[in-house]
Amino acid sequence: MLLIHCPYCNQTLPELEFTYAGEAHIARPADPSSVSDEEWRDFLFIRTNVKGPHYERWRHFHGCGRYFNAVRDTVSDRFLITYKTDDPRPELSKLLEKSK
Amino acid sequence: MSSFRVSGRGRVDHTQPIQFTFDGKKIKGFKGDTIASALLANGIHLMGRSFKYHRPRGAVTAGSEEPNALVGTRRGPGRFEPNTRATVQEIWDGLQVNSQNRYPSLSFDIGAINDKAYMLFSAGFYYKTFMWPKSFWDKVYEPFIRAAAGLGVSPTEPDPDHYASRYLHTDVLIIGAGPAGLAAALTAARAGSQVTLVDENPEAGGSLLSEPSAVIEDVPAWDWVAKTVAELKELGVKVMTRTTAIGYYHQNMVGLCEKLTDHLASPDAETPRERMWRVRAKQVVLAQGALEKPLVFDGNDRPGVMLAGSAQTYINRYGVRVGNKAVIVTSHDSAWYAAFDLADAGTTIAAIVDTRSEPNADLIAEATKRGIRIMAGHTVTGTEGRLRVKSVRVNPVTGSTVGQAEIIGCDCLLMSGGWTPSLHLFSHTKGTLKWDDERQTFLPDHKAEECEIAGAGRGLWGIEAVLNDGAEMGAAVAKSLGKKAKAASYGVANDRSGTGVSHKELPTDLDAGKARAFVDYQNDVTAKDLRLAVREGMRSIEHVKRYTTNGMATDQGKMSNINGLNIASDALGVPQPKVGLTTFRPPYTPTTFGAFCGYHKGSHFEVTRKTPIDSWAEENGAAYEPVSLWRRAWYFPKDGEDMHAAVSRECLATRASVGIFDASTLGKIEVVGPDSVEFMNRMYTNPWTKLAPGRARYGLLLGDDGFIRDDGVIGRLADDRFHVTTTTGGAARVLNMMEDYLQTEWPDLDVWLTSTTEQWATIALNGPNARKVLEPFVEGLDMSDEAFPHMSVAECRVGGFPARLFRISFTGEVGFEVNVPAHAGRALWEMLFEAGKKYDICPYGTETMHVLRAEKGYIIVGQDTDGTVTPHDAGLSWAIGKMKPDFVGKRGLARPDLVAEGRKQLIGLLTEDGKTKLEEGAQIVLDPNQPKPMKMVGHVTSSYHSDAAGRPIAMALLEDGFNRMGETIYIPMPDRVIKATVTGTVFYDPEGERLKL
Ligand SMILES: [Zn+2]
Repeated sequence: MLLIHCPYCNQTLPELEFTYAGEAHIARPADPSSVSDEEWRDFLFIRTNVKGPHYERWRHFHGCGRYFNAVRDTVSDRFLITYKTDDPRPELSKLLEKSK
Repeated sequence: MSSFRVSGRGRVDHTQPIQFTFDGKKIKGFKGDTIASALLANGIHLMGRSFKYHRPRGAVTAGSEEPNALVGTRRGPGRFEPNTRATVQEIWDGLQVNSQNRYPSLSFDIGAINDKAYMLFSAGFYYKTFMWPKSFWDKVYEPFIRAAAGLGVSPTEPDPDHYASRYLHTDVLIIGAGPAGLAAALTAARAGSQVTLVDENPEAGGSLLSEPSAVIEDVPAWDWVAKTVAELKELGVKVMTRTTAIGYYHQNMVGLCEKLTDHLASPDAETPRERMWRVRAKQVVLAQGALEKPLVFDGNDRPGVMLAGSAQTYINRYGVRVGNKAVIVTSHDSAWYAAFDLADAGTTIAAIVDTRSEPNADLIAEATKRGIRIMAGHTVTGTEGRLRVKSVRVNPVTGSTVGQAEIIGCDCLLMSGGWTPSLHLFSHTKGTLKWDDERQTFLPDHKAEECEIAGAGRGLWGIEAVLNDGAEMGAAVAKSLGKKAKAASYGVANDRSGTGVSHKELPTDLDAGKARAFVDYQNDVTAKDLRLAVREGMRSIEHVKRYTTNGMATDQGKMSNINGLNIASDALGVPQPKVGLTTFRPPYTPTTFGAFCGYHKGSHFEVTRKTPIDSWAEENGAAYEPVSLWRRAWYFPKDGEDMHAAVSRECLATRASVGIFDASTLGKIEVVGPDSVEFMNRMYTNPWTKLAPGRARYGLLLGDDGFIRDDGVIGRLADDRFHVTTTTGGAARVLNMMEDYLQTEWPDLDVWLTSTTEQWATIALNGPNARKVLEPFVEGLDMSDEAFPHMSVAECRVGGFPARLFRISFTGEVGFEVNVPAHAGRALWEMLFEAGKKYDICPYGTETMHVLRAEKGYIIVGQDTDGTVTPHDAGLSWAIGKMKPDFVGKRGLARPDLVAEGRKQLIGLLTEDGKTKLEEGAQIVLDPNQPKPMKMVGHVTSSYHSDAAGRPIAMALLEDGFNRMGETIYIPMPDRVIKATVTGTVFYDPEGERLKL
């Protein structure tokens, strides 16, 4: 069972309190009516599905209820970082350096 | 006392005799014996039959890695366990043990015919032998394989035991209480760390228990163990025995299974049988030691053929000689010491066969002193004996030439192919392994967790080396926790260290293709099978494993992995590290379902949600159905009524006068805040701006893909407050979705969302007399049609309780839904029911609710929709606020596939004979005479008998359904084809006249 750090509660807590919520940094277009079918398809369905560090969303469901972002390595299942939804997308190279 | 028990030897209590039964026969042992040691003390080696060939088998080990000696144990009524390891299970008075996998008896077994047919069962036999003809699989091959192969039988009774589960947080968890683990624990605890030490055995000591002659710092080994455990306990170390570390998970979480009662004759009823521990450790020390490898030669599985180290354990720990006349065959020094210990206890050692041409001179001197014949540079090429080994075939080997055989009589053959570090838990962490050429085995390489590996687990050999390594690792973990730690240095006398070589299958002068040289005892996999797999094209070790099933038995290849690897590597002509090792997975040893289940069984398996009115329904004889986690009243049968009769009566009573229904399970979400109307506009398809406070509206929720997710009536209580209802099953999902959009897409909106499902009890009254029943209880509200029309909501008092009253209908009759605080639900229900008696009020359940809504064509999301249905498909285009610039799903609805012609659409179906009720889920075709497989164009989503319509009615999703009104379609069933006509979905009161007061 993973331990996950909630950036809002600022506590590291058991995985059981959290739910996974898909890939992160996929913003809903501000004016959906103006986007093409292809753009809307990509927004709905196209995901990176990476083997390695993955930007994804989690929700502290049985806690504060907040959605937050994380980078987790899908090979090792290890979290490199968790951060608030309005924090900028962290740079991968810096994260990998830090985790070494 | 039997002639195999050596008085004064071992750690069993010779003053406490114990009697148990084996296949009904009384067997005597001592307290401290395992089933295996007690049987061996009575000269019994034959303990079971093998999985595939039903070959006679005996214990080959003295520990949890045992592949052969699996037995059924009965600990009293209901307490039967198959596949218990006889080498682990402790005996007690009255324990019943049965051998497995044999018929009619262990010594004479009909299934052993498989052994003669072994050519049929070679590698990949599942994939080849039984492939043709295909029709034979179900009726001939599979039943035959199932009858012939297999381990013990499953218990048939419910398990009367209970199981516990706990969490534990510790600074240092040490797995294995042998010399390395004890030294590590002592060092870390002395440095002030909080330490937990676990071992699967009933007592600490590990390999020291089999080495009583060793002397550690001038203290005999067993005294040193006792002294050390005493000091550990004094230092506050939690020492857990009979506790197996079954899995090593992320972030230093280790699962432990502690066995509490299986070794007791009369356990306390309050004590759980097993306890699962979820341990979170800051540091872990893996001190699990090494497992001895068998040698691979023809007949290496006969009862009496055993690992030498295990024979040494039986004599030193249990005081049991495993035979009167032993032959040793080894490629490692360690087996020589087993020979010496047995010789000193009175067993004749007929020969020590060492595959190495020049064994250690000191060992030769020791053997010579005892008059033991030494056959260096020899191999074993076969054994004889039906139910027990009686002779061994030994040949000299010069280079690649196998010389002439000599037959040597014996009653046991003790083998050692060297030792394999136990890397299972380390592998669970995805730690990487490195091939060690010198030791011919894999050793731990890069660590993936905060852990250290100590002792034989990382290839060290000899008590002194292992103790000192344990101390070093104990110090290392303590230091990493910020403690000042110092590793003690241990000196050991009589330390019997040694070296050895590793082999593939041993050479033979006979036809290797006929050799029954077992690599995996539990799955009956031979060296020949592995070579055949490679010949037939398997290249990866993972493929070889699956094709032969090598290492796939419940012991996960603890003894077979390296031998299998050596043989596969030789057959492939590729060095071992290039072939690789298969993955070890938790659990380390087979673990009961009970331990995993813990408290979550019976009524604790899953919660049952009950409404505040549930108790009334129970008292009034409701039949229940589960709806997500809720149990809901399904119908209220009167004397002798079946469901059909009860539902028919409930429907008629509701349409004729008034019915009362518990709708409390409806999901309820309070949407509050200055931006709540904007939020509702964005979430739901409908327009909300113009909905005045006091009015309600049917709301439709889509996903951004344009498909229907949920629906429900939504009342506006104030400018900034909505009472949203959802489907019973969708409540949590809808709130989750709302939170997602609110938090991550529209954080600018000032809105609060609160689940209020369980705060309100909801009572629905429906029928022409509904208002008459309700009105006398309502205070502060004009209930006239003008003041409180259909689709209204008001805050008022009902029955003296604060209430939110809706005038809405899910039946097509005049309807009200009263929400009162949950605690008031039952009281109000009883008041309304009492008052309704003069109108023959009828309580109804979910089935009647379903029929009544279907008669009106009201959909149920999740029954009439399936995640691919748009509002248009469901005939709900009217619920779309077309003028709104955006809402969730608006853009999705414009996707090419969603606006295409010919989509499946929700229509009504009437069967042609007016009597046949369709089956929900049945498939629809346009031409019943077309060849199979037919083109399916839709399916029935809802189907009921309707008294209001006077016939069965159904709804269905049908391709291009709206354009097929009046057409005939066909529903093929196993016994006939049903004809039906496509209609609209409203079967009753299409004008909605009955909604008026
Ligand atoms: Zn939180």
